[in-house]
Amino acid sequence: MSLRRLAPDQPASFAFTPDNLAWAQKQMKKYPEGRQASAVTPLLWRAQEQNGGHVTEPMMRVIGEMLGMSPIRVLEIATFYTMFNLKPVGQHLLQVCTTTPCWLRGSDAVVAACKKHIHPHAESVSADGKLSWMEVECLGACVNAPIIQIGDDFYEDVDGARTEGIINDLRAGRKPKPGSQIGRQTSAPEGGPQTLTDASLYTKGG
Amino acid sequence: MLSDKDRIFTNLYGVHDWRLPAARKRGNWDGTKDIIAKGRDWIIDEMKKSGLRGRGGAGFPTGLKWSFMPKASDGRPAYLVVNADESEPGTCKDRDIMRHDPHTLLEGCLIASFAMNAHACYIYVRGEFRIEYKRLEAAIEECYAAGLFGKNAAGSGWDFDCYVHHGAGAYICGEETALLESLEGKKGMPRLKPPFPANVGLYGCPTTVNNVESIAVAPEILRRGAAWFSALGRPNNTGTKLFCISGHVNKPCNVEEEMGIPLRELIDKHCGGVRGGWDNLLAVIPGGSSVPLIPKSICDTVLMDFDSLRDVRSGLGTAAVIVMDRSTDIVKAIARLARFYKHESCGQCTPCREGTGWMWRVMERLVTGDAEPKEIDLLLEVTYQVEGHTICALGDAAAWPIQGLIRHFRTEIERRINAKRASKPAMAAAE
Repeated sequence: MSLRRLAPDQPASFAFTPDNLAWAQKQMKKYPEGRQASAVTPLLWRAQEQNGGHVTEPMMRVIGEMLGMSPIRVLEIATFYTMFNLKPVGQHLLQVCTTTPCWLRGSDAVVAACKKHIHPHAESVSADGKLSWMEVECLGACVNAPIIQIGDDFYEDVDGARTEGIINDLRAGRKPKPGSQIGRQTSAPEGGPQTLTDASLYTKGG
Repeated sequence: MLSDKDRIFTNLYGVHDWRLPAARKRGNWDGTKDIIAKGRDWIIDEMKKSGLRGRGGAGFPTGLKWSFMPKASDGRPAYLVVNADESEPGTCKDRDIMRHDPHTLLEGCLIASFAMNAHACYIYVRGEFRIEYKRLEAAIEECYAAGLFGKNAAGSGWDFDCYVHHGAGAYICGEETALLESLEGKKGMPRLKPPFPANVGLYGCPTTVNNVESIAVAPEILRRGAAWFSALGRPNNTGTKLFCISGHVNKPCNVEEEMGIPLRELIDKHCGGVRGGWDNLLAVIPGGSSVPLIPKSICDTVLMDFDSLRDVRSGLGTAAVIVMDRSTDIVKAIARLARFYKHESCGQCTPCREGTGWMWRVMERLVTGDAEPKEIDLLLEVTYQVEGHTICALGDAAAWPIQGLIRHFRTEIERRINAKRASKPAMAAAE
């Protein structure tokens, strides 16, 4: 458990864009009548995305109203689930996995590169406002360790130098290519799959 | 080595297209209607005969779990909930199923839901898996467009809806009742059992929660027959299994192998061996972060299945093999896991909320040797005070890695404490 509080400075209001509102209403239909509270996590997530990467206090009221929940119940969700950022983050947030499988493969060097090229402290926005980084627990791509998540994408098989390359790209407004940074075929062993080479597997039915 | 013909996840690495037409060419959605036509009892019986044990970590027999669902509805709907909150450190198999072979899972959702009298299924994907979430959404849309989901799904006469839901970063939501709480829009805090989800689950209705891999292997088992699956592996440990081998091997990878494959063969054949050779091996965590590590002497001969690993006081868990060579600071590796559990404790039960933090702080001191020798036994005692005294198994999961470390590497911990004492001025010795 960790202590998580909303940032002291809060905006006065929040409103979903028309597109996001339509999307939210579609999400709410996934759940049975009267169970719309189920949509709180997806809605709060979309609100965080719309807001540039962190949640705010007015969101609790707006989403609570939409789902028939008291705002404090929405706040509970925001503080319990660690993917909700409670204060502003950089335009690009590097989430560096440092749990044991990543640590064994050299996540210390990834953290060092973030400290050197973004900010000495985690969860602090770089001077140019473009980047911030944080340590996260296991991202679930351990055979491609170490891993950084940026937005929706996983950057796998990174090291210190490759992290610096990713940071430079982001700073220059380029999107680095996601996935394995050493050209691996997803989770297959380096050098290519040793299994699933039987061509007849792929012409069975249909 | 398992033959390609016996592999279920034929697009594990995403070399081929994930979409429906390509999935059909790989044999997915072949004769689904005929399987369903054989009826609920046949499906459950066949699943029992296959010997499939749940792939999420606990290894509970899947067919038996399905049979716990009420045979007839008392007015309440029934639900299948798929646990795709894959967060156990070391584990990354369900991710590959969802992003590369989603139709294995979706076909399984329909069949399993039918077998359990459920007309609706929710797939709960961990928040970090954005790509996988979107991939499943797209694959579900394909199923609706092709008539595989919806009214009279796949021509079976069964009406079926499938939805994908996501979390937002909480390991604890992998615990089935915490997952249900989270799916209902609450904090992911585990529920007391009983009542079990099969009676009172999602929205107070009968629910079964299954791991992604357990559901995704079901259609192929039913197509090929229980006898095919149960002939693989060993008795009570049948079938194939996705292994995730990470850490200090030359080529970390995911691979589908036969249950009961020797650990050494798994590492040597599929991962290019341990970094620096087999003799450079220090220890392995064989089933995800929650299971106790095993030292090289056990790794030499142990088989990778539920019973073999239980016999050496560890476990198969999720079959996430974390390999550590002799360069590893083994105490630090486990201390990092202690920090993980401290971070992920939901805070509901005192032994876990307080105990995980306490154990982590002591572990950090053991890393540097800045401790008293008697604290090793004290720490061990605390792990037993946490284990079994909490609502869910997170407390156990936090205790076991430390117990494994002390069991096999006590001398290393003592060496550090002694070295630290020797380096200090004489005062410490006056005790």
